[in-house]
Amino acid sequence: MSDTSPQGQNGSPLTRFLRATEIDTRLLGMIGALMLIWFGFHFYGAIFGNGGYFLTPRNLWNLSVQTSSIGIMATGMVLVIVTRNIDLSVGAVLGLTAMIMGILQVNILPQYLGLGHPMIWVITVVVGMIAGTIIGTFQGWLIAYRGIPAFIVTLGGLLVWRGCAFLSAGGRTISPVDPSFALLGGGPYGAVGETGSWIAGILACVGVVWMLHSGRKLRQEHDFKLRPMWAEVFLAVVGCGTIIGAVLLVNAYPWPRGIVNAYATANNITVPPEGLFISHGFAIPVLILVAVGIFMTILMTRTRFGRYVFAIGGNPEAAALAGINTKWMTLKIFALMGMLAGLAGVVASARLNSATNALGVFDELYVIAAAVIGGTSLAGGVGTIYGAILGALVMQSLQTGMVLIGFDTSVQQIVVGSVLVLAVYLDNLYRKTVK
Amino acid sequence: MTNSNQPLVELRDISISFGGIKAVDRVTVDLYPGEVVGLLGHNGAGKSTLIKCLSGAYQADSGQILIDGKPVSIENPRDARAQNIETIYQTLALADNLDAASNLFLGRELVSKFGFVNDSLMEAETRKIMHRLNPNFKKFNVPVSALSGGQRQSVAIARAVYFNARILIMDEPTAALGPQETQMVSELIEELKKQGLGIFLIEHDIHNVMKLCDRASVMKNGQLVGTVKVDEVTDEDLLSMIILGKKPEKAT
Ligand SMILES: Nc1ncnc2c1ncn2[C@@H]1O[C@H](COP(=O)(O)OP(=O)(O)OP(=O)(O)O)[C@@H](O)[C@H]1O
Ligand SMILES: [Mg+2]
Repeated sequence: MSDTSPQGQNGSPLTRFLRATEIDTRLLGMIGALMLIWFGFHFYGAIFGNGGYFLTPRNLWNLSVQTSSIGIMATGMVLVIVTRNIDLSVGAVLGLTAMIMGILQVNILPQYLGLGHPMIWVITVVVGMIAGTIIGTFQGWLIAYRGIPAFIVTLGGLLVWRGCAFLSAGGRTISPVDPSFALLGGGPYGAVGETGSWIAGILACVGVVWMLHSGRKLRQEHDFKLRPMWAEVFLAVVGCGTIIGAVLLVNAYPWPRGIVNAYATANNITVPPEGLFISHGFAIPVLILVAVGIFMTILMTRTRFGRYVFAIGGNPEAAALAGINTKWMTLKIFALMGMLAGLAGVVASARLNSATNALGVFDELYVIAAAVIGGTSLAGGVGTIYGAILGALVMQSLQTGMVLIGFDTSVQQIVVGSVLVLAVYLDNLYRKTVK
Repeated sequence: MTNSNQPLVELRDISISFGGIKAVDRVTVDLYPGEVVGLLGHNGAGKSTLIKCLSGAYQADSGQILIDGKPVSIENPRDARAQNIETIYQTLALADNLDAASNLFLGRELVSKFGFVNDSLMEAETRKIMHRLNPNFKKFNVPVSALSGGQRQSVAIARAVYFNARILIMDEPTAALGPQETQMVSELIEELKKQGLGIFLIEHDIHNVMKLCDRASVMKNGQLVGTVKVDEVTDEDLLSMIILGKKPEKAT
């Protein structure tokens, strides 16, 4: 087959470029919006405030950590919304699983294993995710097999699980968590360092190139239209460039002086007078989010399960007539959502180093907003995992930026709420013009 | 055209009601290999509901389904597919947000050895069968919501034909098709008939029924008016069966 289609020759240079590279214009739009927010806050701070802090390695690193728990849940919310459901309980499930894990690792496991036992964090994480899965399964069963609307089941769940979390610890805050567990929430020790980040980055680059290569091979096998070679190279360069940029960024954020000194004393290192530059590297929760994102993307685009999720969202009746067990699918989707809420509970409580009653409050709104800003259609059938993660990043960027500038909470709420509505409106316009 | 004494499918005394309304009331029809049986009747007569009991979409309240003379239980669409029953639904039953290939293979995706869906193989297969059924069809990489009614119908027909059915149910398969495409479907039906498939064809156009069907079963208000051999009746006979609900005297 020829490299260019007959239509490849016409259209403006931009449309030709987009067609050749097959870049999703929605992705471009989201990245544009993100850049607007980032630069906007940076220069607003530089001009009117006390300096531009937004585009610093330190702030962007923190931003990445803060995005993790919402991002993890947003990937699951995509499946829920694509199948025309909603889950209002994720924040409460996060709170309850975090509380269960807090009690388990602070009050129970040390009695049997001894304080600081290396298995404590493993058992805690597994139990937390199982607890989330059980809650999700139960809600999914009520929705799929008892015919109660998802809105009602999870609205009830929001109150029930929040109440359970409060009761299980008698309203107290559980703190501090197991030290190894705390690493899952980030912080100087909860990051993989300079070398680790380079390894992760290079693996990711290899992955990008391999994906482009195998995609091209598959198309050749079936004689489908290929992307022109320059477009493939362009995609590889942009993909790898972004990854390497991220590595450089997280490596440019050093440990604070106090941590360096403590670390040096503990490991008998003498700190030179100009100080030691020890990089954070990628935070562990961010790597968890990336892993979840890759897993969920493969699930949605490469497996039957994902295909059925989209089919149910597009036409539930057609899906059933095609032999898909739509009830069982619904149950599994809510179970998966519960598991991800449990995982987000790990990240969120590890980051705070405690399980509190406030953990996850309002998260359901941010998670739904992230998915919707990321292009998931509430009418069902449409949504992407990367969109939801970008949506979570947009939400968190707004929030962080406003905190940096010094807006108070009420203004933050007004802005976040308005942006959500505006984003969905723009998305509607986009869909109309694209079709 | 019956080339065997054993019917391929028998629906015996099928009844199903929705909220007290008998949509299908003790209907018995059968189908032989290599035969096309037309199902006729006014709107709401119960034709679609009857065949949905065979395709697994509904479960009859009472009655029996026999395939090759043996009673079978068809509790869901998967059971029907396992019996090599393929259906083109009146509503087409396509997921609008998926492309032609994903719809064609929905529920029966081709997977690679690691269990991942093999989209390019499915697209290649879809291109092949669409080339046979509707050479004008070119829109392989867009959601079927972006297709015309006739193009969508072609996808639904391709889906039913691709999987080597023994029993084909076509619920108004040409309702949205242009004259050329309708002609192609007629040829397709003739061809499948030669291959020995049994086809239930729901069709409102009496001319098509006379042309394509071997027998015709007429329904009215959920009940079977009668089954006639198409050779032995006229258009008017069929019309009066549909409208008056009476079987013509001369038909055997
Ligand atoms: N799911 C349902 N729930 C309630 N009533 C139904 C349902 N499906 C069909 N019916 C009723 O059953 C009767 C038969 O409907 P059916 O769709 O089988 O008619 P049909 O013969 O296919 O008509 P048409 O020619 O218009 O397609 C109608 O009165 C219809 O209202
Ligand atoms: Mg009908």
